[in-house]
Amino acid sequence: MKINNSAIIIVLYILFLMLPIYWLLIMSLKTNQEILSTFNLWPENLTFNNYKVIFTDPSWYGGYINSIIYVVMNTIISLSVAIPAAYAFSRYTFLGDKHLFFWLLTNRMAPPAVFALPFFQLYSSVGLFDTHIAVALAHTLFNVPLAVWILEGFMRGVPREIDETAYLDGYSFFAFFKKIFLPLIAPGIGVAAFFCFMFSWVELLLSRTLTSVDAKSIAATMTRTASASGLDWGVLAAAGMLTIIPGALVIYFVRNYIAKGFAMGRV
Amino acid sequence: MKKTRNQKAWFMVLPVLILVAFSAIIPLMTVVNYSVQDTFGNNNFFWVGLEWFEEILASDRVHDALGRQVTFTAIILAIEVPLGIFIALHMPKKSGFWSSLCLVLLALPLLIPWNVVGTIWQIFGRIDIGLLGYTLDKMGINYNYTQNALDAWITIIIMDVWHWTSLVVLLSYAGLRSIPGPYYQAAKIDQASRWAVFRHIELPKMKGVLLIAILLRFMDSFMIYTEPFVVTGGGPGNATTFLSIDLVKMAIGQFDLGPAAAFSLIYFLVILLVSWAFYTVMMNMDKEADV
Repeated sequence: MKINNSAIIIVLYILFLMLPIYWLLIMSLKTNQEILSTFNLWPENLTFNNYKVIFTDPSWYGGYINSIIYVVMNTIISLSVAIPAAYAFSRYTFLGDKHLFFWLLTNRMAPPAVFALPFFQLYSSVGLFDTHIAVALAHTLFNVPLAVWILEGFMRGVPREIDETAYLDGYSFFAFFKKIFLPLIAPGIGVAAFFCFMFSWVELLLSRTLTSVDAKSIAATMTRTASASGLDWGVLAAAGMLTIIPGALVIYFVRNYIAKGFAMGRV
Repeated sequence: MKKTRNQKAWFMVLPVLILVAFSAIIPLMTVVNYSVQDTFGNNNFFWVGLEWFEEILASDRVHDALGRQVTFTAIILAIEVPLGIFIALHMPKKSGFWSSLCLVLLALPLLIPWNVVGTIWQIFGRIDIGLLGYTLDKMGINYNYTQNALDAWITIIIMDVWHWTSLVVLLSYAGLRSIPGPYYQAAKIDQASRWAVFRHIELPKMKGVLLIAILLRFMDSFMIYTEPFVVTGGGPGNATTFLSIDLVKMAIGQFDLGPAAAFSLIYFLVILLVSWAFYTVMMNMDKEADV
């Protein structure tokens, strides 16, 4: 039998990726006592207590709800402003378009650490501190430029003739946009939404700086618990496992778009 | 593609402009404002000119952090880019169940919140309860990332490779998938070696996406904060205090607003310059591709 080199390499690499996640998973199924006293690759006393703690304590599961709320808000805001802008960049030249495009991209390059303190002051002064919309708006800083960039790449791939034919057929601009153009770039919107979701979901520094109680994200909840009441390893591991699930679901739904979409667009 | 000139297109860009002005320009102005002033508390500010900039540019603490940051980013790029290409070349060629499964598993680390990535590796590397630390310890290797600076570096680099190589793989894979089959057939007829196929067919076709991958990896590794913060907290000593960690310490820990603001602006400018160089190269390549 011919041994396939490629398959071995991929399997080894995926093993390397999965090992730390596997460790987190089995840790979340152990009791604290077992974690600290014995070393084993599979829990002796399988327990779901750690997960029960999270699902019954509002300060834990509230974190997930808060995170999902601001991530979804951010994705919607980012896409709804990025789609018209990307269309303008892909179809027209206008005064200062190239400079504007690069300036937008520079915001993706801004270290969040630079913006943490000014954001805190800005949102406190307009009374938005500790709200979901504050985090959603703050995350547009890096998501809007990225969304414009990705969508512009996809839209350039759609021939202009399609626009022109639609006008000849008597479509108004909005009807054309809704019925013809948007379905054509659906994969691009999928990829852009994926990236917006991803970068907003994984960000910690800004979401921690801008929230305290009401809109506290799960990432912030995890770091604060870790420092306050000693380390409850089992619950921490369970909380970590649960943060992986929304990401995994999103990847599963867009998996075909990623493979095709990456190649079509710029990213 | 030919574009028409139309100044009304500005109206379509307007929402983005307003939003970004709110979330980028106003905060940035605050930073500029702080960077040229000093305070004795109670909101009494007075003008100090470029003093803070001179202080930061001459500061050993910032030089050290910058040195560590550049070393870190260089190592990360040197490992992740070749490894990412290598893995992408071995991905399943046909689309189907296996390639979907590989893609989903590969993308998984990208969607784990950064502090959880930190937590995972913090646990994984511990000698008492972590698989990696425990195994190394039992093999007789003296490994302790909280005490030994070198071990801390190795842990953080492996963590970053674990976390981000998938991005390079996904992008390279997309580039590879866009190569039409006849290219390979032609190479086969010419009896091209594996290396020649890679050098003259695959690499040129991947150039565009690879530049994007390098640009993204450069920016993000240069801004890294959360993962080392969770794993080592910048220690042992200052061994893994990168620029962002140092900046947050200065701004929020010590509340030295003036120096922190000057630091921020210089930091931003460095990233901007390097990224601008990349961007210019990319745009030129796009133009060549369009012709």
